[in-house]
Amino acid sequence: MTSALGERSIEVDGLTRRFGTFTAVDRISFDVAQGEVFGFLGANGAGKTTAIRMLIGLLAPSAGSARVAGYDVATHAEMVKRNIGYMSQRFSLYEDLTVRENITLYGGIYGLSDIAIEKRTTELVDRLDLRDDIDARVKSIPLGWKQKLAFSVAVLHDPRVVFLDEPTGGVDPITRRQFWELIYTTAATGTTVFVTTHYMDEAEYCDRVSIMVDGRIVALGTPAELKEQYEARSIDDVFVRLARAGTAA
Amino acid sequence: MTARGAGAAIEAEGLSRHFGAVKALDDVSFDVRPGELFGFIGPDGAGKTTLFRILTTLQRPDAGSARVLGLDVVKDFWAIRTRVGYMPGRFSLYADLSVEENLRFFASVFGTTLEQGAKLIAPIYEQIAPFKDRRAGALSGGMKQKLALCCALVHTPELLLLDEPTTGVDAVSRREFWDLLEKLRASGLTIVASTPYMDEASRCERVALIQRGKILEIADPRRIGERFDRPLIAVRARERMRLLEALRAHPGAGSVFPFGDVVHYTDARPGGDARAIADAVRQDLAARGIADAEVEIVSPGIEDVFMALMQRRGAEAA
Repeated sequence: MTSALGERSIEVDGLTRRFGTFTAVDRISFDVAQGEVFGFLGANGAGKTTAIRMLIGLLAPSAGSARVAGYDVATHAEMVKRNIGYMSQRFSLYEDLTVRENITLYGGIYGLSDIAIEKRTTELVDRLDLRDDIDARVKSIPLGWKQKLAFSVAVLHDPRVVFLDEPTGGVDPITRRQFWELIYTTAATGTTVFVTTHYMDEAEYCDRVSIMVDGRIVALGTPAELKEQYEARSIDDVFVRLARAGTAA
Repeated sequence: MTARGAGAAIEAEGLSRHFGAVKALDDVSFDVRPGELFGFIGPDGAGKTTLFRILTTLQRPDAGSARVLGLDVVKDFWAIRTRVGYMPGRFSLYADLSVEENLRFFASVFGTTLEQGAKLIAPIYEQIAPFKDRRAGALSGGMKQKLALCCALVHTPELLLLDEPTTGVDAVSRREFWDLLEKLRASGLTIVASTPYMDEASRCERVALIQRGKILEIADPRRIGERFDRPLIAVRARERMRLLEALRAHPGAGSVFPFGDVVHYTDARPGGDARAIADAVRQDLAARGIADAEVEIVSPGIEDVFMALMQRRGAEAA
């Protein structure tokens, strides 16, 4: 879980965001180790999206601080963006460009050299078995491949941290599992994976998970620790109990 | 799958629809009984939305036929529209109208009033009534979903069709939404809903598993495990990645899939004695240095069945 150096790629301390009188994210604190797979769970409206927008340098915090990939999100947002990858459920790929063109485009945006792009393209299409489709437009390839390609593009520049926002929504159960193996492989090379999901079985695949309710982190630990702490059979049970308690309050 | 005569709420026979080279629906047949809560379960791109659009007369099939409440989806489209309620997957209410204005608008389109529809929608409407003057666009996701459900029910339809009502919704809100559907079904309404979340199958009386335009199976979710033709073994160990690799290397391994905090294993060959397979797995894992493996025989769930059917279909196609 913790890397040999115990290095942290995300450090969050009292991070807060207010919109007018509404506090969307309320003094959250946690650390994520380099190479860890961290599940960021919460009900709709709990504040996950606002928190992620702060962590990726798109939204300034109202109070508290966060360092991501070694940079302060408030003062060095541009450096944060350069050192992370991001993939949302609605893929960021260009449907009318081919597989190769998408890789080249993102490689260019991330500032990779032509030689590096060439090399990464070959590696990537080999690994995803996309050789025959390299010149096909992205819109014509199956959804499951698109999703794996979107992930690979998000880590094209070997970022220290990759943020995945509901990466497996609507995907068939076999592809969903293959996708998690891709996540493991990436984490094993030292990239930190920060992931949100509505599939509670996927929460069990994370090294640690946090559960957010009404802007606060109310539970944080390994899946085994949380199940023990709440005397629950699954993370689903833990989640339902905490999230229900939150809405009732 | 057999036609049930004029009594069926929906009877579909050989429905097909393509878009260019893509077969969105490929020879789909099923029936829905009156008063049933029927689910279509499958990933994005399975053809669920095309099917719902045909059943609600918004799209015509290329081949095959369907009767909804005894009416033909092509010839009697106008009559069908007033008798079914449809909640499309994408939020399609008027964002600039208030909650109450949206409801009154949809009621008037169907030639009725909010007051006449009040009885059916009451249990849902009471949850959003505190926000009745708020613009629909400013509602939270869960509230929007409840308003859309009210709008689909305000003309007191006999059949409710919901296309992915819970997609992108958190696990708690999803449960609450299905609780609402169960309440509606108890009042006698026939409901057909689609979802990509396999765990929601258990809320339906029958489900159709759908993938790439084809129905893989139609079954009672409580009995779907019977469709599984081989013993299923669940294995737990601390180092999951090593466990996956070891199980895949096990002689005779068929499918090896992570399932929450365990890994599900089957032999490649059907049949076989469950206890013998479990013992062989246990011994082999110990020999491969995974000392903490806990091995048990479990009953297959809907996701196990879905994946097995997907693989079988993939093998047939290859």
